Parts: sequence; C-alpha cells; structure tokens
Amino acid sequence: MQMHDLPDARGHFGPYGGVFVAETLMAALDELRREYEAARQDPDFLAEFRHELRHYVGRPSPIYHARRWSEKLGGAQIYLKREDLNHTGAHKINNTIGQALLARRMGKKRVIAETGAGQHGVASATVAARYGMECVVYMGAEDVQRQSPNVFRMKLLGATVVAVESGSKTLKDALNEAMRDWVTNVESTFYILGTAAGPHPYPMLVRDFQCVIGDECKVQMNEMLGRQPDAVIACVGGGSNAIGIFHPYIPVEGVRLIGVEAGGDGIASGRHAAPLSAGTPGVLHGFRSYLMQDANGQVIETHSVSAGLDYPGVGPEHSWLKDNGRAEYVAINDDEALAAFHDLCRYEGIIPALESSHALAHAAKLAPTLDKDKVLLVNLSGRGDKDINTVARLAGIQL
Amino acid sequence: MSRIPATFAALQAAGRKALIPFITAGDPDPAATVPLMHALVAGGADILELGVPFSDPMADGPTIQKSSERALKHGTGLRDVLAMVAEFRTSNSQTPVVLMGYANPIEAMGWDGFCAAAAGAGVDGVLTVDYPPEESAEFAAKCAAAGLDNIYLLAPTTPAARVEAVGRQARGFIYYVSLKGVTGAATLDLGEVAARLPAIRAATGLPVGVGFGIRDAETARQVGQVADAVVIGSRIVQEIESATPAERVERVRNFVAGVRAALDR
Ligand SMILES: Cc1ncc(COP(=O)(O)O)c(C=O)c1O
Repeated sequence: MQMHDLPDARGHFGPYGGVFVAETLMAALDELRREYEAARQDPDFLAEFRHELRHYVGRPSPIYHARRWSEKLGGAQIYLKREDLNHTGAHKINNTIGQALLARRMGKKRVIAETGAGQHGVASATVAARYGMECVVYMGAEDVQRQSPNVFRMKLLGATVVAVESGSKTLKDALNEAMRDWVTNVESTFYILGTAAGPHPYPMLVRDFQCVIGDECKVQMNEMLGRQPDAVIACVGGGSNAIGIFHPYIPVEGVRLIGVEAGGDGIASGRHAAPLSAGTPGVLHGFRSYLMQDANGQVIETHSVSAGLDYPGVGPEHSWLKDNGRAEYVAINDDEALAAFHDLCRYEGIIPALESSHALAHAAKLAPTLDKDKVLLVNLSGRGDKDINTVARLAGIQL
Repeated sequence: MSRIPATFAALQAAGRKALIPFITAGDPDPAATVPLMHALVAGGADILELGVPFSDPMADGPTIQKSSERALKHGTGLRDVLAMVAEFRTSNSQTPVVLMGYANPIEAMGWDGFCAAAAGAGVDGVLTVDYPPEESAEFAAKCAAAGLDNIYLLAPTTPAARVEAVGRQARGFIYYVSLKGVTGAATLDLGEVAARLPAIRAATGLPVGVGFGIRDAETARQVGQVADAVVIGSRIVQEIESATPAERVERVRNFVAGVRAALDR
C-alpha cells in the first residue's frame, strides 16, 4: 500500500490511528464511515462543498510573497498561504463546512464540538447557524476564561457554550466531554471534531476536507512561480492545517514537509505541547499516536502561549509521516513564536495567529540558511485578532 | 487461571446472581483500597471490579471522574493497583478481581509486561473500555495465555452481527452497558435490557452482567431477574465519597449487604 492511500479500512496509518472507543460509539463511527464513503463519491455532495468554500468561505485563499520579511531575513523567499483570510479567520471552517454537510446528509439536527482557543468552536457555531442546527460547544473552564471574546462570538452565533470543569480544564478535557455527550445522544447528534485526530474516520475526513489548502497551493505555486516550493511549513496542534497542506505534497518529490510543534518554555523544561518531538506512542481520544504521558501512562498537561496548539496528542497521520521520514517535525518555543508574530505585523502588515506564528518562526530560522532562490511555503493558518489580549498581557499592557 | 468461570458456575448451581461492585483503586487514598475490597466481599460481593485511575476517563460520568482525580492526586498508577491486588490476595484467594480501565496505562506498561504482572498479582479479568475487539485481538490472546479473561462491553447500539464477533473474543462474562451514556447516568431501560439479553447469552455463550445506571437495591433486584450479574459502580463510589474515614468501610459493607439481600430475595 502506498503511503498516499492510507488509512487502511480500519483507519490505521501503520501502527497509528484506529478506533479506540467504548462499544457504545462503535455503531455511530461505523455509520459515519459508511456515510462519508458514500458522500465522498457523490458529485452533488462534492459540488455543494466546493460551492460553499467559494461563496461562503471565500476560497481560494491567495498565496502572498512576504517580500520585505524575506529580504530582512536574507535568504530563502517566504510565501504565505493565506488561510487567515477565510471567513471566521482560520482554516477551521473548511472542515466544519464539510462535517456540517455530512451531518445534514445524515439527518442530524444537533451538532456538538470541542474547542480550545475557540476557533473551532466559532467555526462550528458558524456553520450550525448557516445550516439551521442546534450547536453545543464544550470548552475547558480555563480556556473560557482565557478566550472570552470567542465565547461571546459563539453565543452571538446561537451556540451554547459549556465550560468543562474536569481534569485540567483545557482542550483535552473538552474533547472528553464532547465524547461523553456523543455517547449519550448518539442518535440525534453529530460530533464535529476540530482536528485531524480522534477515532477513524475523523482523521481521514478532516484531512480530506482540509486538503483544499494543499490542492490550491499546487495550482497557485505553479501559476506564480512555475514550480513547487522547496519546503512546506505548518504548525501542528492536532494537525489539521498541517495535514491539509502536506497531504497533496506527499507524492511530490523534492518538497520538504516540516511540521512545527509548540515548544512552550522549551523541550528541556518539560513545559511544552510537542508530542512528536518529545512524546511516546500511546492511546488517547480514540486513536493511537505520539502522546505526552508519564511513566504510568497518564496524560500530562501541556503548555503553550497558543491555546490552539495546547494539546497532548497529535493526529495519527503525522506520527506515521514522522516514523517513515516523509515529514520532519520541530518545536518552536513561545518567545520565538512571539518574535515571528511581531515581525509579520511590522514587516508585512499581517497579524498572524499565535498558532501560525510557530510555523512562521521556523521559516525565519530556516530562511537565512538557504539561498535566495529557494522557496518556503508557510501555512498562515489563521489571523491573530483573537490573540491580541494574550500578546498585550505578555507585554505587560492592559487592554 | 481465572477464577471467574468457576464463580459463575457455582452461583448458577445455587440459583444465585453475581453481585459485582466497582470501586476506583486509590480512592480516596491508596491505603483505603484493600480494606474496602475486603468490605465489599464481606457485604456479599461475588466478583470485584477495580477501576484503574486514568487522567482522561472518557466513558465515565462525574462521580467516577472525580474518584479517578482523587486517586491520581496520590499518584496511583497501574503498578500500584496491581500491588493492591497482590495484597488483597494474601488474605483472599477466592474472589475474582477484574481491572476496569483505559488502554493507555496498559500500553505504557507493554502488553507482555502487563499480562505477566497482572497474572502474578492475582488478577482474573481485564476490561479495557477503549479496546474494542478490533483493536485488541493480539492483546486478548496474550491475556488468555496468561490466564486472564478479557471482558468486553456490549451496548444497546451494538448490532446483532457484532455481538457474535465480540462473543468469539470475549472470556469470563459479557458486560452489557445498560444505557446510552456514561457511567453514573440514571436512565436504565429495564425493558430494553430484558429484551436484549437472551440473544446475547445465546450468541456469546457467556454469562451477562449488566451495569451503568444501577443505583439502588430494588433496581439491582429487577436487573438480577434477567441478568446473570449486576454491576454497581457510581453509587458505591458516592458512598465512599460521602463517608468519613472512620465509617467508610462499614458504610460500603452495609450498602453492598443491602443490595445482596435484595438480589437473593
Ligand atoms: C489558527 C490556528 N492554527 C492552527 C491551529 C491548530 O490546529 P491544527 O493543528 O488542527 O491545525 C488552530 C487551533 O485552534 C488555530 O486556531
């Protein structure tokens, strides 16, 4: 089997992925898998998905040559895939449109979602409003505090936001709670999972919906430069924006794929969110993948300046791509990400999401080591308006 | 060798139903567990289910989540749980013990290491919530080789064809989740349970225990009329939660004795 054809029928990417859930959910995941198999071959479904991406999301998103910043860095040319220009300000909406259309096709009138930073929650609340569905978003109580503007956004869009008080009160606990809701309401409810993780078929279907990013890039790079980039760089939380831009490039020779995890205070400090860089394989949230855990197999708390990367696991396809060497994974610390954040503001007039700033920071490290005719394509997965409170607080400024 | 089949055979011969209480190991502290295990037996338990604390108990409701958090405050890990079973075995060599928990602590220990250590400690069965049969055939074979029964869940949502497939891999007994939802929810549908069990028994050839949502002696008695075993978890964990350290053992024993009496009525 070619790497490009994975996962297998049961959702495995080599030793990773799979379906590790309680029996109560097995039938629902089976139904989802069957429905998705049918939908992905249904021209009407695909046509509606494309129509929505074009007219509602505003795709295709442009690629922009960050010329001033590249010049300042003094090496390779940095190009940005502008997912920040999508409706709701990030790549997350590509996936929520796809899943909401699936939910509608399956006759589900209630959708649930988990969210960390609130971006996936907002994107879920948005499509629920768009298609007339009830929406409940689970969010760790800590994150509800940290990301209050997004909580208000979700409420404006008609969603109910449930603050999750269990465990570490962050994204992983929100995911646990969304799963518990799904087990309880499995017949009426569609679970819109926010990243390329979870039990099969989620990693596959989220990837497929996000692949619009990489598919567009291949056409656009060809139009702009008559060639493909030397490296594609994306931040990795659960891994959806990264797999969306990586996957179409897997069979393209000569294109390096570089995933950037959250290094927090530094890998050596132990306070980070970089399972591919410093974790070991394990099972959490319905799939096997690299995971941040202690010697007893307990999941450990993560730390990152960016809430959207604050997750102890990672989508299974990334674990597979790491092991077989097709993609490389590195970590960028909080302060490096913040420096790149400010750079992009000042040199290009673009306020990037703190998540995306990790990818930018790695590009900034790499560019000066390469010739001026090399091309780095960075997935600018989201805009940073949501992060201005965090950035101000770190600078000691009260907004 | 697992003590579970002989236990069910003896109960069946006596015309009685199995009572299977659940507690979380290490809740509220590590020293509490072995005395509580003995109290459960003294109250009339036939098989003990010991929860292995996990940081992300996805299939559990608030009561068992909190018990897990209390246990984790003291750092209770899978190896500690096995040590508790070994200690229990120094004065009880008959009552089967089933570990109930999640895959990752077992993954972290490694399948071979876990099976050897669990069998050595005197564990009889393993129920891993997030190891459905499709993902655990190899693990189940290793368990069987070590003399451990791999116990699987079946749910109201499980289609008939799957019941058979699960039955082929399951050992000891089948744990039928009596409701759609997490542990501790309170909406048991007795009619649904009664309608479903005969086919499950026939397809799997195993005794069937029913759990999730059984909160009192009367419900236990009713479930006992259709099932081979009754599992009570959250309600006992609440008893532990609300008791003072001095009264804990007696409260748990009395609660279990009340359920036992109702089951035997
Ligand atoms: C802008 C942005 N980028 C990246 C991520 C990380 O998610 P993923 O790794 O699934 O792309 C998030 C998550 O909230 C996000 O909001």
